[in-house]
Amino acid sequence: MENNLLLDIKDLHVHYDVFGGTLKVLDGVRFSVHGGEKVGLVGETGCGKTTTMKAVLRVLPKPPARITAGQIYFKGRDILDMDSGELGRVRGEGIAMVFQDPTAALNPVFTIGKQLEAAVKYSAARGKRLSGKQIRERAVEALKEVALPDAERLLKNYPFQLSGGMRQRVCIAMAVAGTRELIIADEPGTSLDVSIQDQILRLLRNLADEKNTSIILITHTLGVVREMADRVYVMYAGNMVEVAPTKELFSQPLHPYTVGLMNAVPKLTGGGIADGIPGRIPDYLDPPPGCRFHPRCDRAMEICEQEKPRFYRVNEDHEVACFLYE
Amino acid sequence: MVSAKALASTRRMEGVQRSWYKFSRNRLSIVGLGTVALVTFLALFAPLVAPYPEHASAFVDFANASRPPSTTYPFGTDVVGRDIMSRVFFGFRFSLVMGVVVLSLVVPPGVILGLVAGYYQGTWVDTVIMRTTDIFLAVPPLVLALAICSVLTPNLFNAMLAVSLMWWPWYCRLVYGLASTLRNEFFVVSAELMGASKFHILFREILPNCISPIFTKMSLDMGWVILIGSSLSFVGLGVQPPRPGLGTMVADGSKYLPDQWWIAVFPALAIVLVVLGFNLLGDGLRDMLAAEEV
Amino acid sequence: MRSTMTDLLTVTDLKKHFIVGQKGIVRREPITVKAVDGVSFAVREGETFGLVGESGSGKSTVAYTIVGMYQPTAGDIAFRGQSLFGKGKRRRPGLKKEIQIVFQDPGSSLNPRRSIKEIVGFPLRLHRGDGNLLSSIQELLEMVELPADYLHKYPQMLGGGEKQMVAIARALATDPSFVILDEPTSALDVSIQAKIINLLLRLQKEFHLSYLFITHDLSLMRNVASRVAIMYLGKIYEIAEAAEFFRNPYHPYTQMLLSSIPVVSEAEEELKPSKITSRGEIPSPVDVPSGCSFHPRCPEGADRCSRDEPPMVEVEPGHTVRCHRFGGGRDAP
Repeated sequence: MENNLLLDIKDLHVHYDVFGGTLKVLDGVRFSVHGGEKVGLVGETGCGKTTTMKAVLRVLPKPPARITAGQIYFKGRDILDMDSGELGRVRGEGIAMVFQDPTAALNPVFTIGKQLEAAVKYSAARGKRLSGKQIRERAVEALKEVALPDAERLLKNYPFQLSGGMRQRVCIAMAVAGTRELIIADEPGTSLDVSIQDQILRLLRNLADEKNTSIILITHTLGVVREMADRVYVMYAGNMVEVAPTKELFSQPLHPYTVGLMNAVPKLTGGGIADGIPGRIPDYLDPPPGCRFHPRCDRAMEICEQEKPRFYRVNEDHEVACFLYE
Repeated sequence: MVSAKALASTRRMEGVQRSWYKFSRNRLSIVGLGTVALVTFLALFAPLVAPYPEHASAFVDFANASRPPSTTYPFGTDVVGRDIMSRVFFGFRFSLVMGVVVLSLVVPPGVILGLVAGYYQGTWVDTVIMRTTDIFLAVPPLVLALAICSVLTPNLFNAMLAVSLMWWPWYCRLVYGLASTLRNEFFVVSAELMGASKFHILFREILPNCISPIFTKMSLDMGWVILIGSSLSFVGLGVQPPRPGLGTMVADGSKYLPDQWWIAVFPALAIVLVVLGFNLLGDGLRDMLAAEEV
Repeated sequence: MRSTMTDLLTVTDLKKHFIVGQKGIVRREPITVKAVDGVSFAVREGETFGLVGESGSGKSTVAYTIVGMYQPTAGDIAFRGQSLFGKGKRRRPGLKKEIQIVFQDPGSSLNPRRSIKEIVGFPLRLHRGDGNLLSSIQELLEMVELPADYLHKYPQMLGGGEKQMVAIARALATDPSFVILDEPTSALDVSIQAKIINLLLRLQKEFHLSYLFITHDLSLMRNVASRVAIMYLGKIYEIAEAAEFFRNPYHPYTQMLLSSIPVVSEAEEELKPSKITSRGEIPSPVDVPSGCSFHPRCPEGADRCSRDEPPMVEVEPGHTVRCHRFGGGRDAP
């Protein structure tokens, strides 16, 4: 699948200026997505996954955030280099983001119809002269794509009249209204019940399979990624530490952090939960030298403190950023 | 070995530094702080820094009357020969006193009533307090102040009384809104479940979370109170001549516009300066007091 | 409800209804949310009783009613055999320290304007009187494995897991015997969750605590609870010992939830019942379906199910279910 590289993040560094100094949050992030691929991004709170995605869409709060190095290639063009016109097209037709909390993502004072039509106007209809009727039709189509029944009536409803699951579907509809290429889903369904979350994830999977839309699934729940993704990245403290096809990652986790995470997940088979990973995530003001995980790693070696590990290829598609696999 | 005392003072220092960092993010806040500091300094030390302190009270010097701004009289003189700049410095005193006194009278009862009404939202306590507040709010403020001042002897004290009477409901309302939301927060519920006294819940749990909006409003209100006080003086109901209230001076000077413009314009600019200073300071306070989000 | 000597907390036919508005213009009928509609269970001393369910199931309302945030609409709650309520439904004051709760969202359960020292010291001061307050606070922090210098910090400076540990320290400050944990780790990352859960289990052993553990995460429940009850729209539909509950679920709702859990290993996949897709949305507790509340979503519905509410019956020793398909067993005690 090397040929149709859709998104390619190279060596991204993002810093935040705060009281007391600079938070060196992203420290050389690499990440890639191919056409029609579902990629999972797993990492705990504060690891920088949302920062990375916001950088892709260039919606980082400019002070205090600064992109200090790196490139983000979308279909061969560096997003960080684009002018506002090209960027607008990318945001409209290329990449869309579905946020974690559907209630917060929808404006409570406008009807679903108004918001969907706005999404259509600023994405699919950008630059084209679509009539009001055509925009409405596209909106109805989008609702049908996310399996929301009774689309005509739904358009007149306000967000508070919908359940959480339906709101999440509306957000996804707004994303697919214009976009065909890449959808970034940030913790979809986390605030919803397990059975509803299941429905949402299945919907995303169908969209990917049927329409050849690529999906980046951001989550801190390993189980979700196992059911959904083709490939999984594991992120820790501003770096990608491991990437592998899903089956491979779960049957053979290599990076000590990944192993620690897998162990910490409560298993349906019972037997208690292994102790989590000792320590805390590093202070981005003064991150540990070398490998950022080494203070918490039970297999750390001398070199881990001195140098930062590169990605080492273990299998055909399985890479780890760890000196144990040099 | 670092002593506990040393650690505590380091922590306090860090707290102060952090607060200053938040305050100073916006340049204008610093301008506001500087302006307020300047005005306060001038007010406090007026007898020492004013070039002609004796001009602040009954004084005549017809030889130097109606002089335009010059090096001897930077703001010029008025029709009886008094230096306007000195009078403006003394005028700041009346403005600041009015602001401080009114807020001191108004904030404690308004806040306490708002806390109680908000905590007991939905009960008769809420109804009684808030409907009373509504009644006071329904009266146009300046009209109420005018009415009171015209019934009683016109002077600064009565002006302050009038303004206080129509100002307290705003604090009650502000805190009511905050308290009625906060009382449902889990940390308040937790304290209730522990068996905390009502006093503790109102003043140790809820009130500290209202501090930021209250202080911000107080700072902005300083500007408003001074403005209203000047308005009352302007119509003759506040500071009485020959005392140098800023509004009074504007009223006097307005008769001589546009020829001897300096008599009215400088006091008016002084009012603008004070009010603007407090407004900008208020913005900075709001930034500084906001509970930190990491 | 048979109450044995080892039952610490007994809940009998608990109901909590909320009136949320008025319906109709002429005949104003109150709109009632039956958040909890007849719940009975008992928590034994030293055990962890798990309450699982989706949103709208009423599990948090049960917790809040037990701890005293709400007055029950009907039913009774007894602690060590004695009803919590004296005359006129007022709660007995001495029990405030025996029953404690740890809330779900650590962000809002700690006052951002108070230091950790004040937060943890307050219940100590209220309930343990004088004596060396500072050292007691330090002891509590040590117990939850937080560094001593956290005394002077404020909640915003702490991570989510640490905030929850402070909440746990605060709950334990009054030396309770029964602690309700309402989704204590739902908002936390998995590695921090592991740490907190293991801490809770250690503290339970050390201080002989009994827990009512509420969560929607079935995999977590499997590793924490000794007995599990599942709630749906205000009622309990199945209760069993943990291993039995997961190995041999009777109720279709239980099976449906178990079949949709995301798991991380093949071994766990084997354990899951075959996939039952959830049909439709969860109804709102304002508009509870007639008969068995689950019947609109149930893959096994029969005629009876929309008419009659099924009783709770014991299908195996210690395993009770509320479903017409098992109506033949003895009525549960």
